Amino acid sequence: MNRMQKQSQVAMGLLRAIAGFVVLILAFLIGYIFITGLPNISWKFLTSPAKAFSAGGGIGIQLFNSFYLLILAMLISLPIALGASIYLNEYAKDNWFTSTIRTAIEILSSLPSVVVGLFGFLLFVVQYNFGFSIISGALTLTIFNLPLLTRNIEEALASVADDQRQGGLGLGLSKYETIIHIVVPAALPGIISGIILCSGRVFGEAAALIYTAGQSAPALNFADWNPFNIDSPLSPLRPAETLAVHIWKINSEGIMPDLTKVSSGSAAVLVLAILIFNLSARYIGRKVFEKMTSMD
Amino acid sequence: MRKRTLVKWILVLVVIIAGIGSYTTRSKRATNQQSITAVGSTALQPLVEAASEQYSAEHSGIFINVQGGGSGTGLSQIESGAVQMGNSDLFAQEKAGIDPQHLVDHKIAVVGVAPIVNKKVGVTRLTTSQLIAIFTGKVKNWRAVGGKNIPITLINRTQGSGTRVTFEKYALKGHSSAVAQEQDSSGTVRQIVSSTPGAVSYVSFSYINKDVQPISIDGVSPTERNVMLNHWKIWAYEHIYTNGKPTGLTKKFLNYLQTKHIQTTLFNKLGYISVKDMHYQRTWKGQLSKESGVA
Amino acid sequence: MQNQKLAKQLMKKSKTARYERFGRLLCLSALLLIMVIVIGIIAFIATKGMSTFMKDHISMKDFFTGTIWNPGAKTPSGHAAVGALPMIVGSFLVTILAAILSTPFAIGTAVYMTEISPKRGAKILQPVTELLVGIPSVVYGFIGLSVVVPFVRNTFGGSGFGILSGTFVLFVMILPTIVSMTVDSLKSVPTYYRQASLALGATKWQTIWKVVLRAASPGILTAVVFGMARAFGEALAVQMVIGNASLMPHNLVSPASTLTSVLTAGMGNTVMGSLQNDALWSLALVLLAMSLFFNLLVHFIGKKGAFSK
Repeated sequence: MNRMQKQSQVAMGLLRAIAGFVVLILAFLIGYIFITGLPNISWKFLTSPAKAFSAGGGIGIQLFNSFYLLILAMLISLPIALGASIYLNEYAKDNWFTSTIRTAIEILSSLPSVVVGLFGFLLFVVQYNFGFSIISGALTLTIFNLPLLTRNIEEALASVADDQRQGGLGLGLSKYETIIHIVVPAALPGIISGIILCSGRVFGEAAALIYTAGQSAPALNFADWNPFNIDSPLSPLRPAETLAVHIWKINSEGIMPDLTKVSSGSAAVLVLAILIFNLSARYIGRKVFEKMTSMD
Repeated sequence: MRKRTLVKWILVLVVIIAGIGSYTTRSKRATNQQSITAVGSTALQPLVEAASEQYSAEHSGIFINVQGGGSGTGLSQIESGAVQMGNSDLFAQEKAGIDPQHLVDHKIAVVGVAPIVNKKVGVTRLTTSQLIAIFTGKVKNWRAVGGKNIPITLINRTQGSGTRVTFEKYALKGHSSAVAQEQDSSGTVRQIVSSTPGAVSYVSFSYINKDVQPISIDGVSPTERNVMLNHWKIWAYEHIYTNGKPTGLTKKFLNYLQTKHIQTTLFNKLGYISVKDMHYQRTWKGQLSKESGVA
Repeated sequence: MQNQKLAKQLMKKSKTARYERFGRLLCLSALLLIMVIVIGIIAFIATKGMSTFMKDHISMKDFFTGTIWNPGAKTPSGHAAVGALPMIVGSFLVTILAAILSTPFAIGTAVYMTEISPKRGAKILQPVTELLVGIPSVVYGFIGLSVVVPFVRNTFGGSGFGILSGTFVLFVMILPTIVSMTVDSLKSVPTYYRQASLALGATKWQTIWKVVLRAASPGILTAVVFGMARAFGEALAVQMVIGNASLMPHNLVSPASTLTSVLTAGMGNTVMGSLQNDALWSLALVLLAMSLFFNLLVHFIGKKGAFSK
């Protein structure tokens, strides 16, 4: 074995060690969250409302709020992101205008979420007088979410082979028809996993919501699904503390005796939810891909 | 293709009908429903929130929206008239940038603030001058004030926080604390003091638990009784401000907060002291007079 | 007559063409909406942030070189105490240190995932890194407070709160970002580069070091800058472990502060429109300018090392 090969082997070993070390850190993190958190999770914890200063509070309303806000934010941001990314990837010429827009989107994506939250606070909560409400939170999350979602969808569109576009145009379809009927369906697996990955980020976001969706979770009447009633779970004008905000709040101001339990339990639920998002992103992406590419 | 378009239109129609339907059938409660909003101090938030839940349970169709955001947010929102109640840990006069002219002060409760230290420093009592020396950075080791040989780690609340203003005004006799670590919430302060050797900070009474050591000053221990008699000087009012005289639901709710029922149950749980139990009252400039100030 | 009708029909846009125009406009308007939002945010923060200098007449010099942060008060030398230098220095220190620390780990992991064991990489490492991107920063901060701070205190002395703890927390936070972007750029290196290198008799290590990493270096650099941008803007986690003392950092274990930590902590305690509040918005403006700078840097790197496939 010559010197070079030895060197190579040492380096390979080193790389393996680094990767192992990183895995160790990540495993520790996830293990820590689950080990401290999972024992506190029970059906009651997941469904009962939070308590401000006595033990035994749950996270039922916060959990519902998190999902509701996520769905609303996605409903608003998806069409915008889809349109924008189609334009960027299919229509836009490579000129200064396009590159300015790209830079702008990237600036928006690297903006600290605190700043986005304060912008949302002053615009939606104060200026438009929506108050601390789901709608303010959802709009702020949209701002927070748009750049990343646009980027993900654009990547998915870009990965569609040009042959498909040429095929569509060759059949006499217009460009827009080609995009809608051929390119977007072909990119669907990528788009779906992009959406779900963004969902994970939105789900865990706290700083942007503290000043917009608010820090209180008033009791809801789960028998009333009429969005115009203020105590209905669907009402967009009620304040809604999400799970991530709840963790932040009880760690900073909480005075309930079982604070650490609630906080670590909530953290575990959050990570679990994001885990489910990621796994389902993979699964759905694969299934859709199989279906699209199957012969029948 | 035609069929799909038809389905699409039917779907749109269904959504519109459902929308109109739910709007017209929204509960009768909703039409004469009243809602008010309180924004501000995170320290006062749990109390007002708990009281509002009880109030809503007793009076149907009432919705009181309670938000944190900090005293500064509370005062600026009430001044601009965006909300009905602004919660604050400080007198409006003490806050820069507020014109207190149109604001009406409702003193809801009194909170005591006490210095806390890590349990291992071996100090349970200090004199005022020792306390000032510690917080202005003149004394750097616990040994100098009769404790163990551990360096002092100072932890402050954020500039502008009500607890810090109260502490500097009445415990440090107007000296401002040395620049040191700052935390923006009492919960974090308590956690840090309990886990950091040599740490000293201050929290309101409700955050004192077995993890930290409260400190007696000049032989007076931080108890509610001592606050009522003004033996313990470090206390402050929790305020709810209204823009002009309160009317309607706001007035009713503020009265509700003063009822005996609320003051004996909720206040005790949260470690707040009722204004009625105070033997003294204090103006924003710090002038004392012997009366609780409640008619 | 017949001709005229036909001409009219031909002159009129077909249904498809109208549909095409409509679709194109729809997409363009979505894009313009995003533009409006970006411009709105930038203009908004710029006006808010500039009012410290325009309305309250604080000099830029005091803001960028002063070291005492107590807006509303005066420094002993008579200047307004709005010195943001400690925060700016703190932000840069944690960002750069975290980037320095995590880059070798990230590259090592990415190389392992693409070059050494792609199967295991895709099966274990990729899902785990994606999971970590989604963990909320509050949870990182919480773990930082209960694990990292005591560790730093016992190993390096001091109170445990400071630049070093902030660096460790950010290291873990930006690692997944850098890893997944580096993996992408390593994957975009054509396979025939590797084959050619191995065919020339180079060892695997030589191939990785001299060929693959070289070819992917602009992409890796972009990944690192992206990680730094994330670190720079991170608020809640850093705030819990850095100690938030607006002091110039003397060493890595003394309490310090970052732009974001002061911004989040102070926002609720100040009154809209007062000097204290304006000064905080100026900090936000500095943050915005920095993320602009990081973006331009990424573009510059991307242009310079554009890698033609």
